[in-house]
Order: sequence, then C-alpha cells, then structure tokens
Amino acid sequence: MTSLTPRAEPVASRKALAAASRTGHASARIKKKATSPVASAIAVLLAVVWTIPTFGLLVSSFRPEAAIKTTGWWTFFSDPQLTLDNYQAALSTDTQSGLGSFFINSFVITIPAVIIPICLAALAAYAFAWIDFRGRDFLFVLVFSLQIVPLQVALLPLLTMYVKAGLAGTFWTLWLSHSAFALPLAIFILHNFMTEIPKSLIEAARVDGAGHVKIFYRIMLPLMTPALAAFGIFQFLWVWNDLLVALTFASDNTVQPMTVALANLSGTRGTAWELLSAGAFISIIVPVAVFISLQRYFVRGLLAGGLKG
Amino acid sequence: MDTSVKILTMLLAILLFVAVVGVMLFIASRAERKGAQFVAYVFLLPSILMLSVGLLYPAVKTIYASFFDAAGNAFIGLGNYHTIFTSSDEITVLRNTVLWVVVTPFVATAIGLVYAILVEGAKAEALAKAMIFLPMAISMVAASIIWKFVYEFRPDQPGVKQIGLLNQVLVWLGGSPQQWILNAPWNTFFLIVVMIWIQAGFAMTILSASIKAIPDDVIEAARLDGVNALGMFRFVTLPMIRPSVIVVLTTIAIGTLKVFDVVRTMTGGNFDTNVVANEFYTQSFRASNAGLGSALAVLLFILVVPIVVYNIRQLRASESR
Repeated sequence: MTSLTPRAEPVASRKALAAASRTGHASARIKKKATSPVASAIAVLLAVVWTIPTFGLLVSSFRPEAAIKTTGWWTFFSDPQLTLDNYQAALSTDTQSGLGSFFINSFVITIPAVIIPICLAALAAYAFAWIDFRGRDFLFVLVFSLQIVPLQVALLPLLTMYVKAGLAGTFWTLWLSHSAFALPLAIFILHNFMTEIPKSLIEAARVDGAGHVKIFYRIMLPLMTPALAAFGIFQFLWVWNDLLVALTFASDNTVQPMTVALANLSGTRGTAWELLSAGAFISIIVPVAVFISLQRYFVRGLLAGGLKG
Repeated sequence: MDTSVKILTMLLAILLFVAVVGVMLFIASRAERKGAQFVAYVFLLPSILMLSVGLLYPAVKTIYASFFDAAGNAFIGLGNYHTIFTSSDEITVLRNTVLWVVVTPFVATAIGLVYAILVEGAKAEALAKAMIFLPMAISMVAASIIWKFVYEFRPDQPGVKQIGLLNQVLVWLGGSPQQWILNAPWNTFFLIVVMIWIQAGFAMTILSASIKAIPDDVIEAARLDGVNALGMFRFVTLPMIRPSVIVVLTTIAIGTLKVFDVVRTMTGGNFDTNVVANEFYTQSFRASNAGLGSALAVLLFILVVPIVVYNIRQLRASESR
C-alpha cells in the first residue's frame, strides 16, 4: 500500500517513537506545548468551531417541530423540550413522508458494491503480482492510470447503456457502476499488498506442487485480510456517502439511497428541518460507527484512495 | 418494492459474483497445465471486462460526444468548448471553480497543519483529532445540511427569532441577519467553508503522521541551537514535512475540482454558485445537453490530470528519499 510517511526510516526508530508517545514520555516537543496557553486556547477554539455545527443539528433533531422552526437550538438549554417524534417520522418506511426505506436502500446498494469489486480485484491483483504473462506491464499501467479518470466522463454513456439493457432504475445500475469505478483502486491496493508477501512463501508452495489457484485461495486470501479491510471500509464509506452516481442512475425512488432522499428534501421550499435533522443523523451514524470501530484501517484506506473519484 | 425482495435481490447479486470468481478459479485450475499465461488471463478476465465496459468505453464515448451538439446529432467541432469559455454563465462556473480549487486546499491544509502541531502530544490527542476528523467520514450531503442549518436565515422582523447560529451570533453582536447562501459573490465562500470543514481533518491526519515521523534527534539538535517555537516550525517542521504538505494540497485540490454534492445540496448551483462538476450534472441530466455535458466532463478530466501527475511524482519522490 502507498505509504505517505515522508521518509523511509528504519522501522525500529519509528516504533520507538510510537512507544515514546504512547507512554507519555515527556519528550522535548511535548513540553513545548504544555507551556503555551495560547496554543491550547487556539486548539480548543478550533475543536469547538468544528463540532458546534454538528452539535446544533443533533440537538435540533430531538426538539419538537414547532420549536425547531421558531427558536434556535441553543434555547434548548434554557427551555428543554425533548421528543423522539422526528426520528420516528424519519424512520417510517412510507416513501412519501419517511426515510426508512431509503435507509434500507443505502445498505442494499452498499454491501454488494463493496463485495463485488473485492472479489474481482483479488483475482486480478494476484495475476498482476505473481504471474508472469505477456502484456502484464502495459495492462497494469493502464489499470493504474484509470484511477485518475473522473467518473463523470463515464456517467452519460453508462446511463444510455443501462436503458438499452433494460436495467435502468434497478439496483444493478448502482452495483455495476460502483464496482467498475472501484476496480482500479481495488486492484492497485491489493496488488501492492500482495507484492509485499515474501516470494519464498510462494516459491515453496510452487515447489510443493501447488498451482496458482491453490496458492490464491490457500495462501493469499487468508493473508490479505488487512488489505481487504482497508479497501472494504474505504469503498463502504465511498458508496454510502455517494450522491452523484445515485442521483444519475437511481431515478426510481424505490432504489434511491439516503443521500438522494436527503438532498431532495433539502432542496424543497420551507425546509423540513425536523425530518432533515433526524434523517441526517440516521445516515451519519453508520459511517461514524464504522470510523470509530475501524479507525486504523480507515485512515489507511483514505491514504490510498485520496486520488479516487 | 418490498424490503425482503430487495434483500433477496442483493444476496443474489453477491452470490452471482462470488460464483463468477468460483467459475474462474475452476476454469483456471483445470487449465493450470496449459501454462501460467492462460491462468493469468482467466484471473484478469472479469476485471478487464468490467473496466472496459464500465469505464474505458464510456470515457471514449464521452470524449466523442463532446464534439457534438445537444442532441448528439450534428458535429460541431470545438463548439461546446467554445461555449464553456465564452458564455457568461459558463464563465461564472469557471470563475467559481477556480475560487474553490485555490481557496479550499490552502485553507484546509493550513488549518489541518496548525491543529496537528497544536494537539501533538496533548492530553486528549486522539479525541481532539477525532473531533476534526469526523466531518471526513460523513457524506457531503449531511455536511451540507449541517451547514445549511448554521446559515439559516429568518427575516429581520420583531417577534421573529433566528434559528441559524451564524445569524444569531450576528444579531447578538448588533448586526442584522444575512442571506449567507443567496447573496453573490460571498455565498461561494460560505459554500467553500463547508468543504474546508470536511477536508481539514484529512490534512490534519496525514500531516500529523508525518510530523510524528520527524526524528527526535533533529528536534533536539535544533533545540540545543536555541531555536524558538516559530523558528522550529519554519526551519525544522515545515521543510521535513514538505512532501506530505504537497500531497495533501494536491489531493484536496483534486477532490475540490470535482465538488458536486455541496453545491447541489446547498444551492443547486443557483445564485451564481455553480461549479464545473455541478454544471456537468445539470447539462447532462437536467438540461438534456449531452454535448455540453460531455465537454464539461472532459474538461474535468483535463484539469485533473496535471494535478494527479504532479501528485504521483511527489509521492514517488517522498517515498524514495
């Protein structure tokens, strides 16, 4: 995987550094900070400015509709009125008023859109990493450079193709598009990971008479879990949070994800803040839960996928 | 569609593709004796097929379509590109896009860098970082809704209270409430704020990792030389993390160039806030102008390439050092 650490220093020193900061070892750089109240004040100010907008909408999502529309959320602290009505309304599966079915659609869209490219890319990445075949370098550079193609250039012709194939308005348009758009990055990440596996391991297996197929699912797949997790999480959040692809292909509201429903709701006149605030938080919970539980992999995936889209 | 039907279709789709992999492995294992070449092609077949049909062919088609008129019938050469650079609407789009791409990366990176330095080694470093980073994890649609609520405007009349925080703060300070996202040209900056809010966490994460990688002895040596905090930043930290700073700047620039969700959700591109990615969507799927839409997509591609190439070069350089 692409590492953005600016210097290839010995692993030992990096580990020592990490250990030092973990145990709270009072290194010189830490002391400097503790002595500067101005620095702390700026940091706290930034953290507050960054959090308050989200906090305001969170508080609002628990206030009654009338209160949201007439007074600011900060009045909650002098006049606390709590209700779960907004969440109940937002979670309703009635597509006319609630967002519940869109929430389900988000899962239905996202899960295959993560699994499909992983399956296909694992195979391709193995071929690129461990099999010597004619045209390998050319094909790999081609796949690698496809990463930089903005998906905008593919949308219009794809839509035409889906309409011709009779797939328009189904989940297939989203699964296939997201999978195709994800493949260059998926192959790249998995390839980089596979080439880091010691060659001797593969050669030993070859000597024992194992073919590529056996090596792939007996040795590679089990070893690849961290790379699969890193890409999987990145792709999950990418698809879950996507608006453009969904807006383009999911014309039918039976397949639209949460982002499209929220964007539509936000565009209407006389904004329905009670639904929007609750709906936004329902959609936020999932990526935030993923982020908190799998932070380590998340950042790795992010580093590798900075160029995607 | 019923929920159970949806879930069933989903499971079917997953099974289908797992089966594809199974079949490919089966074919490959049968043909293992035919040589490694054959196995490689079998392994690559599904991906190459999908990339060709889903990305390569449509991209070529879009480039082709960008030389045709709205309906895609008459060849008009560079007509669409001419429109992009001459019509007053499109020039506003270009101007806004330039603003976004210039302002967002620098401000987001600066904030991320300052914050990374400030919280380095602080007591609740992990929590402090998570607070800045979280906007990165949520959708840009949700981020836009959060900020739309901050910018919400209520007319300045007796008995009417502000519900948006920014206007309330203004009122507390004795000013009168503003239509932040309606009044051009400043509204573009208030939209850019949302993107900065999202991207600063990315900048902070990468730069923080790179600051932590600066060897202790370098810092110690500078300290012994009597370098103060500002000098430390200017002469030690910044030069040491320069490659990462460039990668962060370019990565955010690429993301910003393609910004769509924020503009779409907050203004729909109205009130002079339109940008190329949103105009692409509007022309392609709302105004049925396939020619102009395609040309805008190609323009995005053309603008992204030099930044990506520069980015990759920097990545290579920083890795080989």
